[in-house]
Amino acid sequence: MRGCADVRALLGDEAVYEAAAAEAFPEYNKAHLVSLELPDRSGDIIITTYGELDKNNYLDPRTAQVATVNHIKQNCTELRPAADEELPSAYIEEFRSALDVELSKYVGEAYPKGVCAVYCTSGKDIEGPGANFGFAAVISAARRSPQNFCNGSWRSIWTLEFSDESQFVEIKGKIQVGAHYFEEGNVQLDTNIDYKYSTILQSAEDCAVSVTNIIRHHESEYLSSLEESYLNLSDATFKDLRRKLPVTRTLFAWHNTLALSLTRDLAKELAIGK
Amino acid sequence: MEAAMDLVRRMPPGSTETALNALLSLLPDHSIDLLSQVDLPLQVCMDKESLKEYILCEYNRDADSYRSPWSNKYEPPLEDGTVPSEDMRNLEIEANEVFSVYRDQYYEGGISSVYIWEDEDKGFIACFLIKKDGQGKRGYMQIGSWDAIHVIQVGPEEEGAAHYCLNSTVMLSLTTDNKQSGTFNLSGSIRRQMSMTLAVADGHLVNMGKMIEEMEGKLRNSLDQVYFGKTKEMVCTLRPPPEVLNMRLPDR
Repeated sequence: MRGCADVRALLGDEAVYEAAAAEAFPEYNKAHLVSLELPDRSGDIIITTYGELDKNNYLDPRTAQVATVNHIKQNCTELRPAADEELPSAYIEEFRSALDVELSKYVGEAYPKGVCAVYCTSGKDIEGPGANFGFAAVISAARRSPQNFCNGSWRSIWTLEFSDESQFVEIKGKIQVGAHYFEEGNVQLDTNIDYKYSTILQSAEDCAVSVTNIIRHHESEYLSSLEESYLNLSDATFKDLRRKLPVTRTLFAWHNTLALSLTRDLAKELAIGK
Repeated sequence: MEAAMDLVRRMPPGSTETALNALLSLLPDHSIDLLSQVDLPLQVCMDKESLKEYILCEYNRDADSYRSPWSNKYEPPLEDGTVPSEDMRNLEIEANEVFSVYRDQYYEGGISSVYIWEDEDKGFIACFLIKKDGQGKRGYMQIGSWDAIHVIQVGPEEEGAAHYCLNSTVMLSLTTDNKQSGTFNLSGSIRRQMSMTLAVADGHLVNMGKMIEEMEGKLRNSLDQVYFGKTKEMVCTLRPPPEVLNMRLPDR
């Protein structure tokens, strides 16, 4: 929040700051899948476009509640039960809640401070088989520890298209990981990857299990590949920018530089002589 | 101004230029301070005589022209552009030669420039710049860049010794991109200071060179071990690797 004080001081105009913050915070909160504790402490709600009813109201599909959010203070002020028209049909809810249960189990195991939610993105009023529908499964894990000069977030969005014609579920995933360390410096990690996969459309429970398995598999693979990128960093990638030691494997011979520039002059003269 | 610098220190390093432009329009009265304190990726120009590239900075700028360390001429040409004294120019020529060899040994490519000019208190100031970018010769990176700025203030010689004060900044960005691991970017900047009083017997260039070499080694090591390490630690806190999770299982 130090950044806010800085921006406020820079702008030197409270009204301008308020207007800018009112624009910037909702964008930031949604892009970073910020999670906020529900006022009744029944869980966390993720700020995402998938659950956005209007600028300040967000649906929590698990508890079927709508939370009013203060984007700038990053807290929830009110909570009300969702209206029927804001919720999916019983048929869709069966698929949604089954996936939510499986996904929550997985997120609980894999992320010490992770939260997740499953939203219906299309076809929420379908009453039974015979039509297509879509979900978005969102996972967010964040750490803020400015006292240790570091912040970080893991965000995954998995979109699922349940196709009635093909009897397949198309899965697309995007994982973004960011980390920031700023003690006497400023170093940031920024990574992302996209996945595409499909699985057979089965019963709600079977779909939930196979989709969660796919997500678990790709996210663990991704973590391993991040670790591998770090392993290669110091000996390969970073070496391509600047070596630890010169090609000669000894410190640079500054004392011989006079000789060196003489040799160069000589070489030049020879080159001219040719 | 303090708030502005505070923000710049926290911005994603790739957005520094955007941030600087925004700050300049907000604080036009502080434009000189902002331009000198916010480090941007180094720009390069071609010396038309020697066909060698050189680095642009505040220290070789006069009006809108930049002086080449190779030909000592300004581009765009400047009739009365300031140039260093003959002594300083001779040291500058030698420093550029030697530093090119140093740069080649550590960076296996890249561009370097050294600018030297008299200081008011009978000493002098030298600015050593290195810019390296591209894919690197081993091809591990999709794209990478390293910009190093070393400014050394050298005090007047007293009883065979001089005081050297070095201020160094390194800005770097490296991106790897492949199908399995996606886009992986680490970027950042650090600034450090080092002061020493050294015998001038071996010459200023040897002293300055050794300080820069030591400093670059330290900066590279901090970035590699501390800064990159901390971001990795953060990733593993967000999602612990399986071996860490397995160790925790008995607790449940």
